[in-house]
Amino acid sequence: MKISTLFYTIKQGLANIFRNKMFSLASIATISACLFLFGLFYAIVANFQHIVRTAEEGVSVTVFFHYEGELPDGCEQHFEGQVPTAERIEEIGQQIAGRVEVSSVEFVSDEEAWETFGKDYFGEDFKDGFPDNPLAGEDSYQVFLSDVSMQGTLVSWLESIPEVRLVRYSEATANTLSGVNLLIAYVSIGIIAILLAVSIFLISNTVAVGISVRKEEISIMKYIGATDFFVRAPFVVEGMIIGLIGAIIPLGLIYSVYNYALTYVMGRFEMLSGFLNFLSVKEIFTILAPVSLLVGVGIGFMGSISTVRKHLKI
Amino acid sequence: MARKDVQRQLREQFIEENGIICLDNVSKAYSTGSPALNNVSLTIKPGEFVFIVGNSGSGKSTLIKLLLRELTASSGSVYVMGHDLSKIPRRKIPQFRRNLGVVFQDFRLLKDRNVFENVAFAQRVIQVPAKEIQRNVPAILSTVGLAGKYKSKPRQLSGGEQQRVALARALVNKPSILLADEPTGNLDPTNTWEIMNLLEEINANGTTVLVVTHNSEVVNAMQKRVITLKKGVIVSDEEEGGYIDED
Repeated sequence: MKISTLFYTIKQGLANIFRNKMFSLASIATISACLFLFGLFYAIVANFQHIVRTAEEGVSVTVFFHYEGELPDGCEQHFEGQVPTAERIEEIGQQIAGRVEVSSVEFVSDEEAWETFGKDYFGEDFKDGFPDNPLAGEDSYQVFLSDVSMQGTLVSWLESIPEVRLVRYSEATANTLSGVNLLIAYVSIGIIAILLAVSIFLISNTVAVGISVRKEEISIMKYIGATDFFVRAPFVVEGMIIGLIGAIIPLGLIYSVYNYALTYVMGRFEMLSGFLNFLSVKEIFTILAPVSLLVGVGIGFMGSISTVRKHLKI
Repeated sequence: MARKDVQRQLREQFIEENGIICLDNVSKAYSTGSPALNNVSLTIKPGEFVFIVGNSGSGKSTLIKLLLRELTASSGSVYVMGHDLSKIPRRKIPQFRRNLGVVFQDFRLLKDRNVFENVAFAQRVIQVPAKEIQRNVPAILSTVGLAGKYKSKPRQLSGGEQQRVALARALVNKPSILLADEPTGNLDPTNTWEIMNLLEEINANGTTVLVVTHNSEVVNAMQKRVITLKKGVIVSDEEEGGYIDED
């Protein structure tokens, strides 16, 4: 394609937007409405997922090892097994850290465990009544999961290690969080399907209007001897620009609405900030902005292609 | 010799032997109703001026659509400028149409573009450099007598002026054939004769002109070749003929 033809195509694409003001406005409004709904929904779902994920990050599995001495009263001895050396404990720690379902591993020595437990339950003077560490031998790993639904797999593996005496975990928490995650996924798919259906309906209507407006123009071009590409290109440029504008408007709106809502909620319900951790507008837009722009331009592209295609057969 | 040159030579030879337009036993039937054209054969030599006349439903519009390769014949062969239109691939249709100028009864101008842009559009389609467009468009506009109105939008022009813009657009790429479908159908007698005189002038410069019309006065006065169609069949083909009223 010649440079002059490229410039002509872009110029005509821009000019078309102004020539058919009402059609352009209707198209922009339709795309904007669809993408606004999509953006709003995405912001809500992303926050839900974020909150659930934050809760998941708190879910941990604790791994205890066999101990040479006598175990303190009340300590459980679930499995017969080998007493590990310090090197072996470190090695097991590395193996745990290397697993896909694990996000982080923290070694807690029996001393540290007694420090934390003692302080929590008996106050600063906790050592007064206990000359020896009652938790001696309770070296452990606290394992945090990247995906709570895989807790079962991890626990089975941990229990199969001969040096491991006890694996402590909460099945109920993991199951609840996995369930919530699954529910969010199903609801997301359902709402996206509805939004998509509504968008296609609205956009196909707008395209139908576009077809009647363009029918004569396209036929004139074809009679003159314009190639399909030459006929199509300005319409495609027009469609993509309309899609781009149709994406930028809802993004701007969502940016303002989300920022306002976030400031309002966090200001009004300060006590929520401890356990409800919302995503920042920047985090939302890292995904929402490129996806919306891509979808907007894509809709404009596909819409214009299908508008013109029906009349290219002259 | 390159393949393209050989093909061009073969086409030229075909035109010399069979005419610039040649229909060989052409029939065209639509899915409903009787055939629009029925075993039509005709030859038009380069540089001829031919009227195609006939009542509504006689097959005139179908003939024009076949020549433009908007339709394909149900049977028989249509040759235009040596191209067998039943064999021309879809992607080559635009290239083929650039050799034809077309004028319609309803002008078919791009309403939102001015006179200059409407005419220049035909040159842009074939990617003529901008500098040449700036030279060619005013020249053709002065040929049709519209040099002073290049900035006007179609709605600011009379019917006759709009048809002259359509003529300028059809001619700016120097086509070998000009197809005019009822070019004076929407015009008053004065404008009708202005357009017909222009067509005659264009023909005198070597362009083959084919005019589909209802206007008996024009046909009778111009004394050109007249092909009369009735219900899809050629009922008369006369050199320097007149309008045969089928009613």
